[in-house]
Amino acid sequence: MTVRIGAGAGFAGDRIDPAVDLARRGKLDFLAFECVAERTLAYGHLARMADPEKGYHALIDRRLGAVLADCAKNKTTIITNMGVANPRAAGRAAVALAKRMGLQLRIAVVEGDDITASIKPDTKLPETGKTVREHGLRVAGANAYLGIDAILPALDHEPHVVITGRVADPSLFLAPLVHRFGWKVDDWPSLGRGTAVGHLLECTTQVTGGYFADPPYKTVPDIAYLGFPLAEVEPDGSAVITKLEGTGGVVRELTVKEQLLYEVHDPRAYLTPDVTADFSTTSIAEQGKDRVRISGAGGRERPEKLKAIVGFDGGFLAEAEFSYAGPGAAARAELAASIVRERMQNIHRCNERIRLDLIGVHSLHSTAVQHRSETQDVRLRAAMRTPDRLMAETLLTEVESLWLSGPAGGGGYRGTISPSVTTQAIYVDRSTIDLKVEVMQS
Amino acid sequence: MSRRTVPLREVASARTGDKGDIACISVWVYDPRDYEDVKASLTAERVAAAYPALWKGKVTRYEVPGLHGLNFVLQDALEGGVNASLNLDLHGKSFSFLILALDVEVSRP
Repeated sequence: MTVRIGAGAGFAGDRIDPAVDLARRGKLDFLAFECVAERTLAYGHLARMADPEKGYHALIDRRLGAVLADCAKNKTTIITNMGVANPRAAGRAAVALAKRMGLQLRIAVVEGDDITASIKPDTKLPETGKTVREHGLRVAGANAYLGIDAILPALDHEPHVVITGRVADPSLFLAPLVHRFGWKVDDWPSLGRGTAVGHLLECTTQVTGGYFADPPYKTVPDIAYLGFPLAEVEPDGSAVITKLEGTGGVVRELTVKEQLLYEVHDPRAYLTPDVTADFSTTSIAEQGKDRVRISGAGGRERPEKLKAIVGFDGGFLAEAEFSYAGPGAAARAELAASIVRERMQNIHRCNERIRLDLIGVHSLHSTAVQHRSETQDVRLRAAMRTPDRLMAETLLTEVESLWLSGPAGGGGYRGTISPSVTTQAIYVDRSTIDLKVEVMQS
Repeated sequence: MSRRTVPLREVASARTGDKGDIACISVWVYDPRDYEDVKASLTAERVAAAYPALWKGKVTRYEVPGLHGLNFVLQDALEGGVNASLNLDLHGKSFSFLILALDVEVSRP
């Protein structure tokens, strides 16, 4: 028995059309959509505070709507964390969507990750050694990373769709493998191999040629039309990573290697709620075009505690940009930067740290290396975080006023103020988590 | 045996990931015959010393000899992490090319 599992999204902003292709032609048993990043949850909590029926994945109607009919027809179970900070409301939205599409579906909602109520002023934050009170920022919400033990009871209901909040990314893929193959939840080596499969799939195109091209050293065919990956998984947890015929991109030894250690620290100890996976013993072998077989990953006992992320309302991030081009562009942009810095300090008495980049001369690596550049096209970027909305607006005004009062020939002002959420990791006892599954019917 | 100095980008690829204020960069040689040379050139100390104003903390190197890969974990490397950084590249995704710009010595012609 082989289980066919595909990846339908690797982050909240991922493409939709390759998931539709997989739903139609993938002959999949499962299609998993990963849509939550570290700070997505905090933004979700802020959205839920503003409207109790919100706080889930904003694109749920488009993303699920694009695949629901094909998945129902092809008996493909969808598993997703699109519930973000409000899985129950996401479930209701999915039910309403299915009804509008004339589909009769069972939608299982998994809850228990939201531990906001347990965060108290005296809760310790191990990253800083301070308490929440001493940290000083308003708590937006807190979520534990749940694992397969949260998803498995939902799969017992044979649902068409499973919607969760925060679960560890690989667990979205591991749970259906454990469910189908009947692995014991303490069969650590099998869980380690299944986790390797999930880890390779969870960022979609990052294993099929995305985030890879570096011509002339590494090239990717049909790069504008990358296929999303799927795995053909064997009962022992070994698998072939591949993509659909006719899609762009490439699955080869190196795309799999690069993704195997993506966001991994110690390759012998990749910690998830389910297992301490060992990727160091993995064998990777090309088996024909766009087919790579992986086997041999290992696993040891899972971590005792669950990782959780506390999100805080961190005020505002103000960013403003203005461009200079032609002869002397870099000198004029540098002059503009010094004007903004002086006025923020001396006129507005601003004590916040302000970053001033000269995009085209130095920006991303400005603290590391100064590229000597003859470019005649330079964009000044000013950025600052502040709890003070007025001060954030002042930075934008100062950059905008370069129109009349800055060096000659500047143009192209843009400015944005966005909420700045911050996060802290804590570790919680598994016994404090109250897992719940609710099955909704359309 | 003659040795030559080349930018790492000519003999290896790299990919960066992030967690909090920690960046991790995996390095993969294109040809397994270059693995030992790259391992000898690209020590944790060398990477830590390469961009001290940006990569401020401890650098740990993990070796994956079976796959001919090296994995560098850089503490205190993301200007405070996504919580505090004002860098456009909050996640340090572009760090892989800072490492690929370093020179290494290889013995293969």
